[in-house]
Parts: sequence; structure tokens; C-alpha cells
Amino acid sequence: MVQPHIQIKGLNVWYGAHHALKDVTADIPARGITAIIGPSGCGKSTLLKSLNRLLEETDGVQVTGQVLLDGEDIYQPGMDVTEVRTRVGLLAPKPFPLPMSIYDNVAYGPRIHRRHNGTDLNTVVESHLLEAGLWEEVNDRLRTPASQLSTGQQQRLCLARALAVQPEALLCDEPTSALDPISAQRIEKQLQTLKEKMTIVVVTHLLRQARRLADHVIFLWLGELVESGPAAQVFGVPRDERTRAYLAGDIG
Amino acid sequence: MKRCKAEECFFKALMIGSTVAILGSLVLILATVVWRGLPALNLAMLTQTPKGGYYLGKEGGILNAIVGSLFLALGATVLALIASLPIAMYLNLYAARSRQAELARLALDVLWGVPSIVYGAVGFTIMLWLGVRASLLGGIIALALLELPIMARGMDEAIAMIPCALKEASYALGATRLETAWKVVVRQTAPALLTAALLAFGRGIGDAASVLFTAGYTDRLPNSLLGPVASLPLAVFFQLGTPFPAVKERAYASALVLTAIVLGISLISRRLAGRLTEHVIR
Repeated sequence: MVQPHIQIKGLNVWYGAHHALKDVTADIPARGITAIIGPSGCGKSTLLKSLNRLLEETDGVQVTGQVLLDGEDIYQPGMDVTEVRTRVGLLAPKPFPLPMSIYDNVAYGPRIHRRHNGTDLNTVVESHLLEAGLWEEVNDRLRTPASQLSTGQQQRLCLARALAVQPEALLCDEPTSALDPISAQRIEKQLQTLKEKMTIVVVTHLLRQARRLADHVIFLWLGELVESGPAAQVFGVPRDERTRAYLAGDIG
Repeated sequence: MKRCKAEECFFKALMIGSTVAILGSLVLILATVVWRGLPALNLAMLTQTPKGGYYLGKEGGILNAIVGSLFLALGATVLALIASLPIAMYLNLYAARSRQAELARLALDVLWGVPSIVYGAVGFTIMLWLGVRASLLGGIIALALLELPIMARGMDEAIAMIPCALKEASYALGATRLETAWKVVVRQTAPALLTAALLAFGRGIGDAASVLFTAGYTDRLPNSLLGPVASLPLAVFFQLGTPFPAVKERAYASALVLTAIVLGISLISRRLAGRLTEHVIR
């Protein structure tokens, strides 16, 4: 059997006294899109942010358990956090461009990781803007502030910025929730192309979005993992009663 | 409904009243300084150092104090900036909401409230102890200490306002805290950082008490870090203290110069801040 790209083993998360994730164990296969679904406040974003250790930027968070990336525990002592985040990128719910030009936003990652320089960097910026489907709209104003873009364009810029770091996996936290339907559709389209070459994990509270995108599904309920597996199986023949009820719209 | 309206009117009147009071005071101060100082102001005052008998109403100018004040305040602001920015970054990015950060903020707030004469006295004591005379360097250090809490807390407040998601966006790209601080936080808060530095500069250039013992006073232009230096607030103070009306008028002219410098630097930095805001994410 092929080793899953990301393995979550006995993961527990506390916010102060609140036990937000309870002993979650799940596998995320390489490539394809894994959707984390469940009602609001069930720990979807918490689980997602624990996969690149961004969770620990929040105050009063305590994490136990393991998250293996290609078999290596990212929570082991001595693990370089910045390396984890370089390998596992994030697309946030609300686009937050960095306070610089469009070009500098995309070049930010390559520059801090000292991967490219000069004309090489121009190529990198162009290719990732193309990949995020934004190049056509911004190629004549790369030096203008990113803050002047529309929200939909900003989210695609954030996608280009994340891709420019060349991560193995991309975490998307409700990536279309702040967008209009057309921008949302474009992001979904980009993700479906990207899944051919990287592992994508999408948190969504939209069941229809999960059905459109997911190859694998993780269903969380009040901080517990109820069910996970291939999308066809979870959506088609759910094993757990709560999954069936949630999918039918009876709960959540 | 009626009560709401009365309340609305009351508070509106209160706000207008406060605005008028503040603007009125500003106009009053500026008018007094201009009215009394402008007639005494001439080219010689701006371009010459005091000649013999200047303080008796004879020839000369206050170039020594103008240059001295600029040296003192610019030096102190640069020195305070070198310390303030790292302090503000540390408090927000490294030690956010920790006990040390709270203690540091408390200490800075207490320092902010310490009267400037105390900075002068402490500076003077240390200088006596080290065997250093009143000098430009001593004045710069005393002023820098006076400016530090103002600047550091101003920058701290500005950086604390940054959305968490913006910092996380940078961290999520594999950036370290230091990279995030210099490349993202500084750009996002640049206008506010500039304002904090300007506020501190204004406080520094206008302070008389802390430079009285530490920088001393001289009729010559500053030529060494270790020699005494004149300053505008003290020039105002000394000239106002003489019994001669002509010299008193010159005190107002000196105050006018001081005000003009602060105003000029405010205007320049406002334009600069305007240019810095274009990249700021809202």
C-alpha cells in the first residue's frame, strides 16, 4: 500500500480548557483533494491549521499527538517550523495580500527562501500568476499595490503567492467563503487543476462544494472524527449514522 | 425618539465644542508667537550666532540654538528609533501577551509620565559620575531617553493593530518572525511608525528641562559631540528672562523658529506618510 502523504495520529488540541480536537486519526493521500467537512465550530479549521503548525500562533493552544508528513512527525522536537510551512502552504478564508506590490507578493516566498534572483524571479512570478489564473488581468500592472485588486483577484494572488513557495501540499481554509460565485468558481477550477501535482486539503462548510471537489472526505463532529475515506464511499454509503444525518441535512 | 434626538444634539454640540476649543488654543498659541515674534525676526537672527552683548539687545542671532536643537533632536530621535522599533516588534511578535511584555509596557508608560527635568537630573548625575561635561552627546542621550517611551509605545500600539491574519499569511509562507517583522509589519505600519517618531521628535526638540544640565549652552556652533551645545527652548528661556524688551521680543522670535521647524517637519512627514500608505492593507 502507498504511504499517505499526511498521517494524523491521535491528535488532540486544547484552546485553554476547551478540548477542540479529540484524538483525531486520519490519513490524507498524496495528490487529489481531501475535503474536511462538518458543521461550524467542529474543529475543521483547527485540524487544518495543525497540519502546517500555524495553530501555535494562536494564544493558549496546546497540541498533543502526531502529524506525519511523508512519515516524519512535524511536531517532533527540533523540527524547523518554517520548513514545515514551506512544504505545506495555506490559503486563508479571507484574502490578505501582503502590504507590497503584486509582483512582490508572489516573489515574497522565493525571496525569503533565497531560491531565485533577477530575471529568473520574473519567470517564477509569471508562471505562478498564470497557474493561479491571474496573469491576464495583472500583467500590465505588476508594480501596483496588491491592495488595489478586487477581493476575487486578491484570493487568486494569495494562491499564486502560496504556489510560488512550491509546496508539496496546500491547505485551503474555506477558500471561497469571502468570494462572489464567479470568483469562487475560478478558485475551484484552479484547485482541480492543481490536484494533479500536489496534495490539497480543503475545509468547507458547503456540502455541495465538497461533493464537487473532494476525492477523499474527513467528517468532523464536535471535535471528533466520525468518518473518513474516499468521497464516493462517504457520500454514497456513509457508515456512521451522524454522517448520514449530516449529509441528509437532518443535523448541523 | 425625542429623547434620542436631544441626546444626539447634546453630544454633537459637545464634539463641536471640543474641536473648537482645541483648534482655538492652537490658533491662539500660533497667533501669539507670530504676533510677538515676527517683528523681531530677521535674517541676522537666523544666520548669525550671538555677538558680544547679544543678550543686552545688541547684534547677533540664534543660529547656535537652531543648529544645536536640530542636532540634539535628530540625534535623539535616531537613537530612540534604534531602540524603539525592536522593542515594539519584540512586544508584539515574540512576547505577545506574555508577562514580560505587560511589565515592559507598564515600565514604558511609567517612563512616559516621568517629568523631563528628572531625565535631566538623572543624566546629569550619571555624567558627573562618569566625569563628562555638559555636551551634545549628553543632551542627545538624555533626550533619547525622554523620547524612547513615547516612540516605543506609539509603535507598539500601531503594530498591535495589525490583523492576525496578515502575520499568519507571512508565517504560512515559511517566513520567520524576523522576516515578517521587517518585510511585512514595517511596511504595513510605516505611516504609523513615522507618526510615532515624529511625535517623539516634537517632544524632544521642544524640551528645555532635560537639556539644561546635560547639553549646557554656548554661543558657538556645535563642533564636537563632547562640547556643550545651545538649544532653542533654552534660547527662549534665557532671552525671556532678561529685563530688556528687545531681547524678550527675540525670545518670541526664537519660539516662532522652533514652532516653524516642528511644523515644517510635520508637513514633510505627512507627505511622506501619504506616499507610504499606498501598500497598506485595510
